[in-house]
Amino acid sequence: MSEVNLVEAPPGVEGSGFFATSMEKVVGLARSHSLWPLPFATSCCGIEFMATMGSHYDFARFGSERPSFSPRQADLLMVMGTIAKKMGPVLKQVYLQMAEPRWVIAVGACASSGGIFDTYSVMQGIDEIIPVDVYVPGCPPRPEAIIDGFNKIQELVKNESLRRRDSQEYKELLERYGIQ
Amino acid sequence: MGKLNNQQVIQSLTSVFGEKISVPSEPYGFLTFETSADKIIEVLRFLKEDKDLKFNYLTDITGIHYPEQELSIGVIYHLHSLTNNVRVRIKVFIDGDAPHIPTATTLWEGANWMERETYDFFGVIFDGHPNLVRVLNVDDMTVFPMRREHPLEDPNRVDKKDYFFGR
Amino acid sequence: MTNQPIFTDNDPQKETFVLNLGPTHPATHGVFQNVLVMDGERIISGVSTIGYIHRAFEKIAEHRPFYQITPLTDRLNYCSSPINNMGWHMTVEKLLGIEIPKRVDYLRVIVMELARISDHLICNGILGVDTGAFTGFLYLMEEREHIYEIYEEICGARLTTNIGRIGGFERDFNEIAFAKIKKFLVKFPPILREFETLFNRNRIFIDRTSGVAAVDPETALNYSWSGPILRATGVDYDVRVNEPYSSYQDFDFEIPVGTSGDVYDRYIVRNEEMWQSLRIIEQALEKIEKEPKGIFHADVPEFYLPPKDEVYNSMEALIYHFKIVMGEIDTPKTEVYHAVEGGNGELGFYLVNDGGRSPYRLHFRRPSFINYQMYAPMSAGMLLSDAILNMSSLNVIAGELDA
Repeated sequence: MSEVNLVEAPPGVEGSGFFATSMEKVVGLARSHSLWPLPFATSCCGIEFMATMGSHYDFARFGSERPSFSPRQADLLMVMGTIAKKMGPVLKQVYLQMAEPRWVIAVGACASSGGIFDTYSVMQGIDEIIPVDVYVPGCPPRPEAIIDGFNKIQELVKNESLRRRDSQEYKELLERYGIQ
Repeated sequence: MGKLNNQQVIQSLTSVFGEKISVPSEPYGFLTFETSADKIIEVLRFLKEDKDLKFNYLTDITGIHYPEQELSIGVIYHLHSLTNNVRVRIKVFIDGDAPHIPTATTLWEGANWMERETYDFFGVIFDGHPNLVRVLNVDDMTVFPMRREHPLEDPNRVDKKDYFFGR
Repeated sequence: MTNQPIFTDNDPQKETFVLNLGPTHPATHGVFQNVLVMDGERIISGVSTIGYIHRAFEKIAEHRPFYQITPLTDRLNYCSSPINNMGWHMTVEKLLGIEIPKRVDYLRVIVMELARISDHLICNGILGVDTGAFTGFLYLMEEREHIYEIYEEICGARLTTNIGRIGGFERDFNEIAFAKIKKFLVKFPPILREFETLFNRNRIFIDRTSGVAAVDPETALNYSWSGPILRATGVDYDVRVNEPYSSYQDFDFEIPVGTSGDVYDRYIVRNEEMWQSLRIIEQALEKIEKEPKGIFHADVPEFYLPPKDEVYNSMEALIYHFKIVMGEIDTPKTEVYHAVEGGNGELGFYLVNDGGRSPYRLHFRRPSFINYQMYAPMSAGMLLSDAILNMSSLNVIAGELDA
């Protein structure tokens, strides 16, 4: 028998030749298993990400076979490594170029909160400029931790409402960061 | 060890430059001496081009700040003679309010970014440098962060509560 | 390959555009920016901008005691962090005049050579990816996982290792660590040989890399290059041989030297250095067998923390522990410069001490920073794809570039 695990179907009405469920669930299922990440790797956490993408920990089995370096074609912005104040505007520009729906994962202590670098030149966490969905602590986090963070993003994506991006709450969130 | 020892280097230097070379010392066997800003390029050129000394490799240029001294900013050159396997350290102390020193890019191209880094951190102006702008910090920074009076942490942070950090 | 642009300045057909090879790089080289003025595929001139990951290490080091600066040095060249750690420990030991036993030296050599292999694996793998060959990279990343397992056994961490203490190591290498190192020495050479058969005589790889970005030795020395790229031009300068540290003079190894300094030579020099590193590790394992067992640190109670059970039971150990942590021990008020051979070249530590707990000034002589300044002048007149390979063969690690 095949050892391959298939994804569980969402609850719905099944018959011969058809399956009826709500649109949100199907879209969530499809999106969460084919997230295309943008690896924004700046420092040491980037090397751990390269190890995660390698054949030992194999990130591609979660659907991220195509890491894109163009923000226009990516769903998930993975910020890995220290973001200095000089790099902040660049990060914000990359975030603004991504199309909705987009998610952000802050990998590592430096991206989450500045890490061990409490200095005049390091931004103390990327959530000073962009909204973050999942934080992965560690310095650097083990590949298993990065995969765990990615699984949490997958949960968020699977359960997200289709109307979230147009809602008032989301607009207020973006207003707080000065993003239109 | 090297084919040249520190005594010979110091003798060569003092025979040409006399008392412009001051305070020679050898911490951990590493020849160190001081000179002044107006003589530094001649000293470097002599060390590089002399047939016996041949210090043709510039290892590093960096700076240091001693606020309580009269000449508070120091520029420190490390040179290395690859064929003779000898290293030498040259210190030049200049006035902290108007730190000017001639550039070493005329002798070694590799001095370019090293001097930009020293300017970025200490504010030392290297006269004659082709492109003396900041290299590591943001371009519109007005202070020189490695000087002793500049704090380590960002003074404009609002979210760090001193109460929790024990201050 | 000439250094002239195709059109002269007065030619009405000349049309240049500005390409921003910006801080967010594909293929994860690191964050540095090159703004290139291009004429079609050919680069006319370029300006490099760095500092996008400037974390102010030198400023932080003025506020930390000596033993807390080790995790900071990890993050300089994070592909080979044990070399940075050992270099820092040796600088402090030179300052304090600590004599290190031979067995500790040999253990340090094993760890440093593993780190060197790890650094060169990334560089050559990524060079392959940039020419379009992804398979070699995947094979080599798997080998890096084995090196990570060895680090984990020794110190507990994979990448930013914080290996060792001032005076030696925090614990001895256990049986499992030695078994893993021996297994690595058996399993790794066939993989490296397979990687070489994929690339060394590969027509496409040779066409892409041979003759690209050739550098003559005088220019390289003028720009203060060091490391494998300097050795590829023909200058045999290696800090391990010039000023041996950590008992490197007891080992028998060669320095691979290239002829033309082009990208292919740099690739071959790095491969050969990996073979030499394997030789050194084998010799170190043999030498360790002959040394008395169980010594893993120097006998310096003033700087090396005593074991915890002694701290709780003996008065002397308690006092030493207190003095070391609170920084009550006097250190010489002088300055020292120590250099080690990092993965990219001469990594130097210039430490000025004023007798207190932290250094007065600590400066890192970072090879990536000094090697990279030649990139913009060198890329004038090159095709864009050659300039990309040139950048990836220089092995610029962003953490070491900006510090």
